[in-house]
Amino acid sequence: MSVTTLPHTDQIWEWLSQVPDPEIPVISLTDLGIIRDVQWQGDTLVVTVTPTYSGCPATGVINLDIETALRSHGIEKLELKRQLAPAWTTDWITAEGREKLRAYGIAPPVDGTAADGVLAGRVSRLMGNNLTIQCPRCGSTHTQKVSQFGSTPCKASYRCTDCLEPFDYFKCI
Amino acid sequence: MPSLPDMTTPNLTALASQALADSGHVAVPAPDAGQPEFVEFLQRLGDNCLILGHRVSEWCGHAPALEEDIALANQALDLIGQCQLWLGLAGEVEGRGRDADALAYLRDAGAFRNLLLVELPNGDFGVTLMRQFLFDAFHIELLRALKASADSRVADIAAKAEKEVAYHLERSADLVIRLGDGSDESRRRMQAALTKLWSYTGEMFVDDAVDQAMSDAGIAPLPSSLKAAWDKTVAAVLDEATLAAPAEAWQHGVRNPGGKKGVHTEHLGYILAEMQFLQRAYPGARW
Repeated sequence: MSVTTLPHTDQIWEWLSQVPDPEIPVISLTDLGIIRDVQWQGDTLVVTVTPTYSGCPATGVINLDIETALRSHGIEKLELKRQLAPAWTTDWITAEGREKLRAYGIAPPVDGTAADGVLAGRVSRLMGNNLTIQCPRCGSTHTQKVSQFGSTPCKASYRCTDCLEPFDYFKCI
Repeated sequence: MPSLPDMTTPNLTALASQALADSGHVAVPAPDAGQPEFVEFLQRLGDNCLILGHRVSEWCGHAPALEEDIALANQALDLIGQCQLWLGLAGEVEGRGRDADALAYLRDAGAFRNLLLVELPNGDFGVTLMRQFLFDAFHIELLRALKASADSRVADIAAKAEKEVAYHLERSADLVIRLGDGSDESRRRMQAALTKLWSYTGEMFVDDAVDQAMSDAGIAPLPSSLKAAWDKTVAAVLDEATLAAPAEAWQHGVRNPGGKKGVHTEHLGYILAEMQFLQRAYPGARW
C-alpha cells in the first residue's frame, strides 16, 4: 500500500464503528468507548485500545476482531496498542450505545463514576438509599438488585417487580 | 501487533527488551532505586491476586446459589486479570525475560509472595466471604494509595483495579452484614470464620525492608499506614453484622516470617499442584 492511498483516520473510525462487541453484539467497539486513538505512524496504522475489566475474557477476541475487520478493508501494516490509563469508565459509552443497550434489554449505566465519590455513594446506597434502575422491558422503576455480578463482569442482575422479568444492568465503573 | 509472548519462544529476553522499549512514556527506576525490591513488591501484589483468584474460582459450579456462583467467578476473573498486569510488570522490571505466565506457572511455593490469608482453604461459604471481606477492605486502601505511586505503571494498574475492587468490597461487606446479622446458623458460621481468620490479618500491615524501600522511592505506601482505614471499615461492618473480632490473637507472619517472605502454609503447594500441573507436565503447552 503506497502512502498516497492510506485511508483517512475518519474512515478507520467508521470501519471500527461496524465492529460489534463480542459479548454484547448490539453495540460496537466505538459505542463502548474502548478505542482510544487511531493514527498513522508512517504507513503503519496504530490503534490504541483500552480494556474494560482487567480480566475480561473478551479482550483477546476484541483485538482479533479489530485486526480481522481492518485487514478486510485492506490495512496491511497494523499495530494494536494496549493503554490502561486513563482507566476505562462506563461514562465513555456513547448516548447511542446506551439506547442500543436498552433496546436490547440491558439497562444502561446511570450514575456517574467520578473517581473518589464512588465508594461513598455506594456505601450510602448500602444503607438503603437505593439507586433506581429502570426496567428495560416495561420502563418500571420498581426493580430490585438480585446480584452485583451478572452474566459478564460488566453487568449486574436485576429483576422487575412489575413485569416480573429478570434483566441485566450494565453497572457503572 | 503485539501478542502475549510465547513461552516456547527462545528469545524471550529480546521480546522483553522490546516490550520495555515499546512502553515509551514510562520512567523506569534506575537499578539503584531498589529494582530487586520493586520486583519483589510487584510479585506480592500479583501473587495475592493470583492465589485469591484461584481460591475463589474453586467455587465455580459449587456455590450455594447461582447468583453467588456467578459473582465468585466474576471476582476470580477480575483478580486473575489484575494478577496478569502486576506479574507482567514484575517480569518487565526484572528484565530476565519472564512474563506473567512464566511467573505464575513456573515458580515453586517458596518463590510465591502472597499473604497467608489468601491461600487458606475456602472452608464453608462463611469462611470464603469473611476472607474476601477482610482482604477487600485492605486491597481497596492499598490500591487507592498506589494510585499516587511515583511509578506511572503502578499508578495506572492501581487506578484500573481499584474500580473493580470497589465492587468486590461492596458485595463482601453487604454479605458479611446480611449473614452476620442473619439467622442463628449464619451468624454462628460468620463468627467462627472471623475468629479463625483473624490471626491472618496482622500480616497485611507488617512493614519490612522491601516495603521500606518502596516507600522511600515513593512507589508504594508502608503497609502499616493502611491499618487505620482498614480498622475503621472492618469495625463498622462487623458492628452492623453483630460480629466481634477476637480481642487478642496470635498473628501469623508478624514476628515470624510469613507469605510475604515465601514461608507458606501447607495449603499453597496443593493450589500450585492443581494450577501448575499442565505447564509442568507439558512445558510450553498452548491452546
